[in-house]
Amino acid sequence: MSASAVHSLWTTAATAADPIAKIDAPKIEYGQLSPTLIVVCAAIIGVLIEAFVPRKSRYLAQVFLSAVALCAAFAAVVALAADGYGTTKAHIAAMGAIAVDGPSLFLQGTILLAGLVGLFTFAERRLDPEAHGNRVDSFAAQAASVPGSDSEKAAVKAGFTTTEVFPLLLFAVAGMLVFPSANDLLTLFVALEVFSLPLYLLCALARRKRLMSQEAAVKYFLLGAFASAFTLFGIALLYGYAGSVSYARIAQVVDGTVTNVDPALADTMGNDALLLVGGAMIVMGLLFKVSAVPFHMWTPDVYQGAPTPVTGFMAAATKVAAFGALLRLLYVVLPGLRWDWRPVMWAVAIVTMLGGAIVAITQTDIKRLLAYSSIAHAGFILAGVIATSKDGVSSVLFYLAAYSFVTLGAFAVVTLVRDAGGEATHLSKWAGLGRRSPLVAAVFAVFLLAFAGIPLTSGFAGKFAVFKAAAEGGAAPLVVIGVISSAVAAFFYIRVIVLMFFSEPRPEGPTVAVPSPLTMTAIGLGVVVTLVLGVAPQYFLDLANQAGVFVR
Amino acid sequence: MSFPLLTATAVLPAIGAIATAAVPAAQRTAAKWLALLVSLATLALAITILVRFDPDGGRYQLTESHSWIADFGVRYELGVDGIAVALIALTALLMPFIILAGWHDADPLETGSRRWRPTQGFFALILAVEAMVIISFEATDVFLFYIFFEAMLIPMYFLIGGFGDRAHEHGEEAASTQRSYAAVKFLLYNLIGGLIMLAAVIGLYVVAGNFSLQEIAQARANGSLHMATSTERWLFLGFFFAFAVKAPLWPLHTWLPNAMQESTAPVAVLITAVVDKVGTFAMLRFCLQLFPEASKWATPVILVLALISIVYGALLAVGQRDIKRLVAYASISHFGFIILGIFAMTSQGQSGATLYMVNHGISTAALMLVAGFLISRRGSRLIADYGGVQKVAPVLAGTFLIGGLATLSLPGLAPFVSEFLVLVGTFTRYPAVGIIATFGIVLAALYTLVLYQRTMTGPVKQEVSAMPDLRVRELVVVAPLIVLLIFLGVYPKPVTDIVNPAVKSTLSDVHKKDPKPSVEAAK
Repeated sequence: MSASAVHSLWTTAATAADPIAKIDAPKIEYGQLSPTLIVVCAAIIGVLIEAFVPRKSRYLAQVFLSAVALCAAFAAVVALAADGYGTTKAHIAAMGAIAVDGPSLFLQGTILLAGLVGLFTFAERRLDPEAHGNRVDSFAAQAASVPGSDSEKAAVKAGFTTTEVFPLLLFAVAGMLVFPSANDLLTLFVALEVFSLPLYLLCALARRKRLMSQEAAVKYFLLGAFASAFTLFGIALLYGYAGSVSYARIAQVVDGTVTNVDPALADTMGNDALLLVGGAMIVMGLLFKVSAVPFHMWTPDVYQGAPTPVTGFMAAATKVAAFGALLRLLYVVLPGLRWDWRPVMWAVAIVTMLGGAIVAITQTDIKRLLAYSSIAHAGFILAGVIATSKDGVSSVLFYLAAYSFVTLGAFAVVTLVRDAGGEATHLSKWAGLGRRSPLVAAVFAVFLLAFAGIPLTSGFAGKFAVFKAAAEGGAAPLVVIGVISSAVAAFFYIRVIVLMFFSEPRPEGPTVAVPSPLTMTAIGLGVVVTLVLGVAPQYFLDLANQAGVFVR
Repeated sequence: MSFPLLTATAVLPAIGAIATAAVPAAQRTAAKWLALLVSLATLALAITILVRFDPDGGRYQLTESHSWIADFGVRYELGVDGIAVALIALTALLMPFIILAGWHDADPLETGSRRWRPTQGFFALILAVEAMVIISFEATDVFLFYIFFEAMLIPMYFLIGGFGDRAHEHGEEAASTQRSYAAVKFLLYNLIGGLIMLAAVIGLYVVAGNFSLQEIAQARANGSLHMATSTERWLFLGFFFAFAVKAPLWPLHTWLPNAMQESTAPVAVLITAVVDKVGTFAMLRFCLQLFPEASKWATPVILVLALISIVYGALLAVGQRDIKRLVAYASISHFGFIILGIFAMTSQGQSGATLYMVNHGISTAALMLVAGFLISRRGSRLIADYGGVQKVAPVLAGTFLIGGLATLSLPGLAPFVSEFLVLVGTFTRYPAVGIIATFGIVLAALYTLVLYQRTMTGPVKQEVSAMPDLRVRELVVVAPLIVLLIFLGVYPKPVTDIVNPAVKSTLSDVHKKDPKPSVEAAK
């Protein structure tokens, strides 16, 4: 990676007449990068807090810092958007590394809000019973202690909590902010790693069922490392093809508008095999992140094993970031290649929709079920990606925003339903929940109906938007398959509702914990967004529409 | 801007639903009264619509139009023609009776926390269904219609799955399992129908660019919107499939007997007399107007399916051992008649079909609600468990008989007029179809009279000997329905006057004229 980067700098410099004089200081538009910078700075401060602030005060300091940082970054995004950076002033910042345009800002806003809601669920300390007089959250007392060991018991007894999760969350958010706005392949890769590594860690940190959590993290890490390697290999091949890692430059080479061949790459430049293989590998890495079939294998295990707040955040924000990057890659770098990638994406979308929906039917664990549902939803979103139109972009943006809030809300509800062993995620334990706690069951039913795409929920508006874009883009068969898999998917969402409302409660059934205002806010926000986007989506559709153009 | 009467009629029960749901757990009776009052107020609004509607005026009246989701080309457009007015009136009329009849159906037994409020939920859901049904009758925007056509499944689903008859031969556990089976079957059938329609709705948007029924129908009529024949046929099939599931038409009918059997009698009435009418109504309003050519293309197949529905439904009704299932199969047979009338493409046929929707609503309500009273007394749905009821509960038996006679279309009762019109309308164009359909009537006589004979006549069975007769609340439910049945049977003109102009315009959309003008005079 670094070799090729240095190489390209070096050759540019060498061709100039006077190497020293011609090197300009890089021009960095700090204002336009402020959302990311704020989050990164806060994350670094968070690390310092871990080092220097007394243990007792860390939790409050971290939560406060993270909340302020995410809000400030969101405000910065809004300010940039209001300033016209999403539309008229859209341009490429930071020496070509970052695109500041509509999709970037829209997705960054979504990710920041998802991060904020995720933060609320991370910071929840009322659900787990107090351990030795200390309020505890969903995370391991001390990540380094071996599960079941004496040191773990000592850590629990001492009331340790892993407040490192907050800086980790911020680092992940920072990477996700860069990911969809990356405008060259190296930035893309760096962002990918920046947000993936904290997520691998977070997955391993569950307080209960630690072995499962660590197993999930290892699986995620190994498969994620594979996917990253594929991506990196693809980047190298594309560099060989285009002689550059810049999106615009590669796009020009694909279109054939650049003909001057870099002498150092004379053998490889313009070689279509490199383009096709390289492009496919990068796309594969991204499809892994959005958990599209056949790159979805990690999803159910990781979703199930990770601490539920992390699952919720990951399911929502990773999908947003990865689809953003996928969109930019396909629409900015490879539009000239769309007759090659569209059939492949068709196939991927079809197997993803059907695969996710069908396999979900047999699931008996609520988190695994939601994992397969997220796979099916990735398929629906891909249908919008395939549209290759402005409507396609804006419909995907809208869908992502709608989907992320439903997901966060749903996983937040999952954290509430508990028995002696922690969260009661086995579906059989949810029987009769509607009788015990009608409100919680009703809220979860709203989320399930939104997942199922029932009208008057955000899920329907989103589904309609992507299917409409797909149909207009000439993908009518995809729409038909989409509605069929929606019907299949509806079956298992409905099954959960049946279980909650029409089954008799089990005597040994779980209890519903009363959460603090933090989780309540997360759930409440989910419900409100779900209904508002379902009943009056116009404002947000307009927003997505305005944001639907990539800068090149 | 004038008072948005149509919106108010739909919004009132919606608000009522929320208010009812919010009534505190202990105040069950207050919730019931609130629901009843809301349904009566809605009826008052529906009557206002009826009065304000001018049958000879424009095609769509009392229209409202606001922009809603501009991005999808969706407008909030309401408007009623005669057909819609008649069905809104039917819906609003039946609701107070349904609520009264279900007065004790959702009293909580025991289980659950203090916050578990089944009674409030039951009545709130009924009002929610009413709101959604009314707005589907009013919507002249395809998307708006679709949204409520789909959304009404959710409250219906909870009504079927959450509330059932108290007594069950295999105990509460088995009853609960069967109920949720019926509810899921209902939901899946209708949801799949709806999702296939969604594909067609999207297709319609791609072709037409907006969802306004009037604009599209106009553009189709004056030729500015051309649809390829195959496109039109696919879209038609997508729409029709959803409506045929809802209606229900053979072979998509199997959810109905389960749903009606397992739900309480008022909910069964809600399904068959109100919600299912949206399906047949939508065939008239959307299939015929949006896709006239495809409608004509599909007519032969649909007529055959309708015929099968008529005969098959009636035959299976004859063989039923369960009272509610019997009524369900009878309804399937009747829906066959309605669809036959619609696709006969004659003015008598379609007027008859619309009238049939209204009359079937009233007659099924009468029969089913009395059957519900009967079942709640004995705690069994099986015909064999009854006998000689007319000796111990003569009023109950009498009203049951009238409801039954209405179902078999006895002359002098309302359904006769509509069935006759449908048959005449069909016969003028398709004599053979008309003749076969007549068998449906013969079979109807068989299943109703056998039902009456087995349950009401003969020696008094031990278990029914102490059966009380109809109570005041139950009489209040049944008597007005019977009066209406007799009134509309003798003098159907008020309804036909409202319906006829709308039917004429619908027919002209399909470019069909009545084959023999002379028949028109005979009516």
